[in-house]
Amino acid sequence: MTSSRTQAKLWYWQRASAMVMAVCVLGHLAVMIYAVRGGLSAAEILGRTHGSRLFASLYTLLVLACAVHVPIGLVAIAEEWAGWRGSKVTIGAGLFSALIAIMGLRTVYGVVAA
Amino acid sequence: MTKNLKVKIWRGGKEGGFATFDVPRQENQTVLDVVTYVQRNLDPLLAYRFACRVGMCGSCAMTVNGVARWTCRTNVSKVEKDGRLEIAPLSHLPIIKDLVTDMREFFDKGARAKGQFKGKQNRQDEFARVDPKSKERIAANAGIECIGCGVCYASCDVVGWRPEYLGPAALNRAWTLVNDVRDIQQTERLKVVAGDAGCNSCHSLGSCSERCPKQIEPTAGIAGLKMLVAMAALRGEI
Repeated sequence: MTSSRTQAKLWYWQRASAMVMAVCVLGHLAVMIYAVRGGLSAAEILGRTHGSRLFASLYTLLVLACAVHVPIGLVAIAEEWAGWRGSKVTIGAGLFSALIAIMGLRTVYGVVAA
Repeated sequence: MTKNLKVKIWRGGKEGGFATFDVPRQENQTVLDVVTYVQRNLDPLLAYRFACRVGMCGSCAMTVNGVARWTCRTNVSKVEKDGRLEIAPLSHLPIIKDLVTDMREFFDKGARAKGQFKGKQNRQDEFARVDPKSKERIAANAGIECIGCGVCYASCDVVGWRPEYLGPAALNRAWTLVNDVRDIQQTERLKVVAGDAGCNSCHSLGSCSERCPKQIEPTAGIAGLKMLVAMAALRGEI
């Protein structure tokens, strides 16, 4: 049982992160279409992403928004579909959030800096 | 028009099954007419609930061919499929017998969502003046015609997944009251509707709004509550 205040905060964090994701996904689609249309190879793509601050910012924002948005939804799914409740679900969602953030940011680092 | 209807009606409690009856088809026949015919002519032990027969009391709601409806205001021609009807009790409520459900939890949730009006004026005071064109009055008007039939509650998937969820009718009632400028327990109400069982559990699936026989849109009211509780949380009021 989480407090009314926490529930309200989770709702607006999920809504705000969804808005950020919507903008980032549009950027992501534009990047993909640009990359595919010209028939760029993986090496050529990496050549362009290396050192790109714009690319790093866009995808860092997307990863962080996902790390906020996904676990809140997962808690709802766990509670409603699996009937799991309590601190284990919250801890599990927190760990999943960390996993998304670590894997996502590592990928961004790999594509931009490595 | 077929001569006879094949009508399957739920018999028993939680454990039970459908019994099939042949009911003569008539012009302008409602589903409630069908159930009444069965009880008066074919099976006097069939239990069902009705009162006004004209869509005012909300007691005859049942599941007809899989959809919660008022049976008194549902013409057979609108719902029968190849002369067949399947009539079951409302979903998400314990079955007492046959088509009769125990609606205590449904009404208790209305009370838990602080569905009671509490003002600060007494009979010696002047009448409160509420501008009919004010934003709050218009919002309250949109939800105030609810008669508590339970169709929205039975249609809500979230109630099925999360049994403690207050449900569309209780939250719609809360929404009409948060827009009542005379009411003095707004913060307490927002605290209740913001909790685990409250408005933030709604996924905006919209079945309540689609099936409400009064064309109320609980989904819209719940969206309004979400916004209000978010603002109240940001201000530290809840």
